[in-house]
Amino acid sequence: MDLTYSEQEIAFRAEVRAWMAEHVPEEPLPSFDASREGFDAHRAWEAVLNEGRWGMVTWPEEFGGRGLDLIRWLIFEEEYYAARAPLRVNQNGIFLLGPTLMEFGTEAQKARFLPKMATGEEIWAQAWSEPQAGSDLAAVRAKAVRDGDDYVLSGHKIWSSRAVYADWAFGLFRTDPESERHRGLSLILFDLNSPGVVRQPIHQINGEHGFAELILEDVRVPAENIVGAEGQGWKICMATAGFERGLMLRSPARYQVAAGALARLAHSRGDALDPVLRARVADAAMNAEAYALSIYATASRLEAGGKIGAEASTNKIFWSEMDIALHETALDILGDRAELLPDAPGAQDAGTWLDGYLFALAGPIYAGTNEIQRNIIAERMLGLPRG
Amino acid sequence: MEFVFTEEQQMMAEMAQGFLADRCTTADLRKLTDSGDTFDADRWAGLVDLGLLGALVPESAGGLGLGRADVIQIATACGAALLPEPLVDVMGVVLPALNDLGQDALVADVLKGAAHVALVHPDAQLVQDAPRGTHILVMTPEAVTLAGAEEVTLTAQPSIDPARALSSVSMDGGAIIAQDAEAFAQVARSGAAGALFAAAQLLGIAQKAIDISVAFACERQQFGKPIGSYQAIKHHLASAQVAVEFARPVLHAAAAPAATAARIAHAKIACGRAADLATRSAVQVHGGMGYTQETDVHLYLKRALALRRIWGSETDHRNRYAARLETSAFGPDTLFAKEA
Ligand SMILES: Cc1cc2nc3c(=O)[nH]c(=O)nc-3n(C[C@H](O)[C@H](O)[C@H](O)COP(=O)(O)OP(=O)(O)OC[C@H]3O[C@@H](n4cnc5c(N)ncnc54)[C@H](O)[C@@H]3O)c2cc1C
Repeated sequence: MDLTYSEQEIAFRAEVRAWMAEHVPEEPLPSFDASREGFDAHRAWEAVLNEGRWGMVTWPEEFGGRGLDLIRWLIFEEEYYAARAPLRVNQNGIFLLGPTLMEFGTEAQKARFLPKMATGEEIWAQAWSEPQAGSDLAAVRAKAVRDGDDYVLSGHKIWSSRAVYADWAFGLFRTDPESERHRGLSLILFDLNSPGVVRQPIHQINGEHGFAELILEDVRVPAENIVGAEGQGWKICMATAGFERGLMLRSPARYQVAAGALARLAHSRGDALDPVLRARVADAAMNAEAYALSIYATASRLEAGGKIGAEASTNKIFWSEMDIALHETALDILGDRAELLPDAPGAQDAGTWLDGYLFALAGPIYAGTNEIQRNIIAERMLGLPRG
Repeated sequence: MEFVFTEEQQMMAEMAQGFLADRCTTADLRKLTDSGDTFDADRWAGLVDLGLLGALVPESAGGLGLGRADVIQIATACGAALLPEPLVDVMGVVLPALNDLGQDALVADVLKGAAHVALVHPDAQLVQDAPRGTHILVMTPEAVTLAGAEEVTLTAQPSIDPARALSSVSMDGGAIIAQDAEAFAQVARSGAAGALFAAAQLLGIAQKAIDISVAFACERQQFGKPIGSYQAIKHHLASAQVAVEFARPVLHAAAAPAATAARIAHAKIACGRAADLATRSAVQVHGGMGYTQETDVHLYLKRALALRRIWGSETDHRNRYAARLETSAFGPDTLFAKEA
């Protein structure tokens, strides 16, 4: 056990910090979920990042990465968030599909899709959920029918983040029409600009159209776009979900930076800060540190050859609940200003606390609801009997 | 940066776990406390033989010269086993303090099992096993005093935890062995050690309380099914496990050399909360049995109740953490900051 950074790690941090200081846009970019303009601005930022070869530092060099270990990934993320660099518009691609393709994709798929993912040239959406298949994802009905060298997709996908403007999607489809539940499903990549794809923006709680409904009518995709074999979709998606809940989706730095901002907000109230709020601010900072320490421990364990299993579900519960508590504390400090929109003259910190609070409310829902995560922990980590 | 235990650290922990599994079951504990005792001399001799008492004492003074990270998992195992003998306090707090204070002869006697030193500290005023003590060490921020057993008056203070034989101490004599700044620094050092090792025991209790509840929930049937198949039961235990998962790395980081006092405060809070949630969930999951002394649940609940408040309450520790937050920078790059 050695909880000190090596000289190389310290030098790496300095390198990231210097690059970010020079390149991060001074003004925050407009939201990628509110307009095409905001989306494109984020895509342009991904290109800048990629020029510095910072797109995905853990990826092999041939796919646009730097082949770095997970500790360096954490350091990178820390500097990235500390510099208040833009959110990653391609997170579904780089954090979810990327690792999935590296594990299950063919060489041709890796060569075709990964480099453009790293540069942001192709932005990805995840198309798994359906109106009747949310928590119960195995109830997926959208189908893919083999026809010559193609699959023909049809069905109804929903809640697909970024899909309003994204270029590609990875979807879960039933390739065996006779199959039920987890069997007979396949993961298929499709171009969102294909004929037969209709995207309907859905307005979220914050008014932005951060996700979309996708109506698929006879959408043709080349059969080579299947990831893994026919019928392996469930197994592959569960691995993807593991990446999502486990390490990559929510790097700890995000919460450490938010907790630091909360501490400053509290500090600006001086002695007027109520002792109960003071305690809640301390809790927020402690939780952010606990999450970070846990991820460092997991990263070290993975580097030493370990695996991440059902404990990924504990991460997802912890960050989502901590995020809400942190932002709720900020709103309580703001008091009657909490409800103000960013352009209200009296809004504090440009309304970021309200925005962050609303965003945090989605945390216990997406990537598998927290109820489902608790079931997973109980059954797979603790070994309680299935209901 | 390597946040995993080394093979040696892991082996030491397993050695201690093996000893405790053999020699400190809850049946052993019940037998001991039923006989009105809280100290098993044979078991203590076994612990002395293993050399664990002096784990943190330098080799030059007869110890093993190890660091806190080497023994933190041992303290967790002692918590999980509800070990009644004061190994954790002696190993983690008392002997390092005596060594800091230059009490070499006394250190040697304790290591041999020839002396026993009970400690009174501002954060732990009631002492365990004081009647067995040959010496009492009393710390205040102004002075550290070492007294012989005959120089103090003990008043028994019975605890709800049958394995904790507590006393309050009033001094009738003794020699001052450190004063002023030195005493102040010693109080801080020993307080941090006490909090860290209490936290470690709390973590062990938390996991154990979950484990016995899982076993019970798989066995106990209602409505024709094991109660563990019901989601309300699952979610109680899953939430407790989440608390454990995010207390453990804090504890381990708090055991690193130069960990900040704020990190130790955090560990004490997080492990205390995990133990509280886990032991209370254990009561609930066991139903009526959880409210008896027939299952082991109450033993874990009572030890957690005590350890959570001794060596600084949650409020004390949160105030410490908050004070640091208000006076130092906080961000991703301060995660592994060292104590100045
Ligand atoms: C912001 C956001 C972004 C999203 N992005 C994507 C995306 O990009 N791609 C995608 O495919 N999906 C996405 N989703 C969808 C998300 O994965 C689902 O909303 C989620 O899995 C829940 O499914 P549902 O909405 O159908 O709710 P339901 O499954 O109907 O659940 C409703 C409630 O019932 C509870 N419940 C359901 N089953 C059980 C059970 N067995 N035990 C206990 N409680 C249960 C749930 O926990 C929840 O509280 C997104 C969702 C949100 C909010």
